Amino acid sequence: MPDTKIPITIKVNGKSYARSIEPRMLLMEFIREELDLTGTHIGCDTSYCGACTVLLNGAAVKSCTMFAVQADAGEILTVEGLEAGGQLSSLQKAFGDNYGLQCGYCTPGILMSTCQLLAENKSPTDGDIRKAIAGNTCRCTGYQNIYKAIHAAAESAKGAS
Amino acid sequence: MYPRAFHYHRAASLQEASTLLGQLGDEAKLLAGGQSLIPLMKLRFASPAHLVDLNFIAGLSSIKEEGSSLHFGPMTRHAEIEHSALAAKIPIVHDCAAGIADVQIRNRGTIGGSLAEADPSGDWANVLLALNTQVRIANAKSTRTLPLNEFIKDAYTNALAHDELISGVTVQIPAKNSGGAYFAFKRSAPVYPTASAAVQLAMEGNTCREAAIYLGCVGLVSVRAKEAEAALRGQPVNEKTIAAAAEAARAAADPQTDMRGSADYKRAIIAALVKRAIAAAAGRARGERVEVSHIYA
Repeated sequence: MPDTKIPITIKVNGKSYARSIEPRMLLMEFIREELDLTGTHIGCDTSYCGACTVLLNGAAVKSCTMFAVQADAGEILTVEGLEAGGQLSSLQKAFGDNYGLQCGYCTPGILMSTCQLLAENKSPTDGDIRKAIAGNTCRCTGYQNIYKAIHAAAESAKGAS
Repeated sequence: MYPRAFHYHRAASLQEASTLLGQLGDEAKLLAGGQSLIPLMKLRFASPAHLVDLNFIAGLSSIKEEGSSLHFGPMTRHAEIEHSALAAKIPIVHDCAAGIADVQIRNRGTIGGSLAEADPSGDWANVLLALNTQVRIANAKSTRTLPLNEFIKDAYTNALAHDELISGVTVQIPAKNSGGAYFAFKRSAPVYPTASAAVQLAMEGNTCREAAIYLGCVGLVSVRAKEAEAALRGQPVNEKTIAAAAEAARAAADPQTDMRGSADYKRAIIAALVKRAIAAAAGRARGERVEVSHIYA
């Protein structure tokens, strides 16, 4: 069997990591096992649920459906990269304040999908929000508080700028 | 889940990718967006020994207007097409790009990869068959062009020789007074549709001059609903002719009962989707702004 390892360099949450990895290593395994950043969750492992969503060069991707070698020279943002100086970001705070989570398993993925949405759209409608997180499954909340949290995060981002 | 171990090759050009395919033989597969191939590899339905990655080749992702056509680079992602003002010149193309799966998958998946996979449940082939679409094909030495209906041979089967790949997709911009619409019925965003309908009409006043109607997920390839087209051609588009076309489409559909529903259920959905798509396509042909979004269970 092929066992050639491939050298890659990936920037994750602003820090550069150089590793040699098997080509079949999935991006989410690289993030969790090689970098020990376990905020990115493995849910369905079949590209359905979105728990593994991270940003690659600003675009939300399912890290269970990419090989880590494909992210070579790229910039990844995971949920760990949202806080600054030990303080939760306004997006994370909005999810807490609005009970936008219960068990929390899907939350990192939903936060990352929301990051792409709010970077592109400062005043999302309900429809925009539904479309933006359609690839993220939550089995606890029924989504209503998630929509509230995302509206609140958009409002607080406007207040801050 | 881990796929079988494989050798990874990062191509620097389409020529190099073609040369690699030629050298590596049948055990090599191209890696475009990977949104179908990687899940198939993780489930070990596919276990290629070699992957040739196209993602690091510069310049394969583009949307250009050339004469009366739009030209899509083979690695143009669904999301780029969704957000392209140029692509919106063909509204049914925007319907398709904006409705594929979810944001994450649209950020990765490519138009070339989708056509090459020839999945009967895929969105692109069904929509592009309703338009005049040419697939540009290249290997290391030469190029050729095939109409899309000749490119797709069967379910999961395309016309590419082993060392060939898609180098572009050219779609003719429909004439004035034309309109199209694409509707899919889905249980949720990330899954394949239960059924889908693509309708492209050319109108003269309220009379349908030409119609193309293709049905997705209800056959081994997209089903061209010729009787449904005939029910509209030369006729005014009204409730009666739309109903006749929808019934003809129901009869043309050849679905299989599976986890997404029974064959009869899918036929009923096809009739409803065709009705809505004709109404939206006719509205667009009249110059109306008609928003289309997929229907969820």
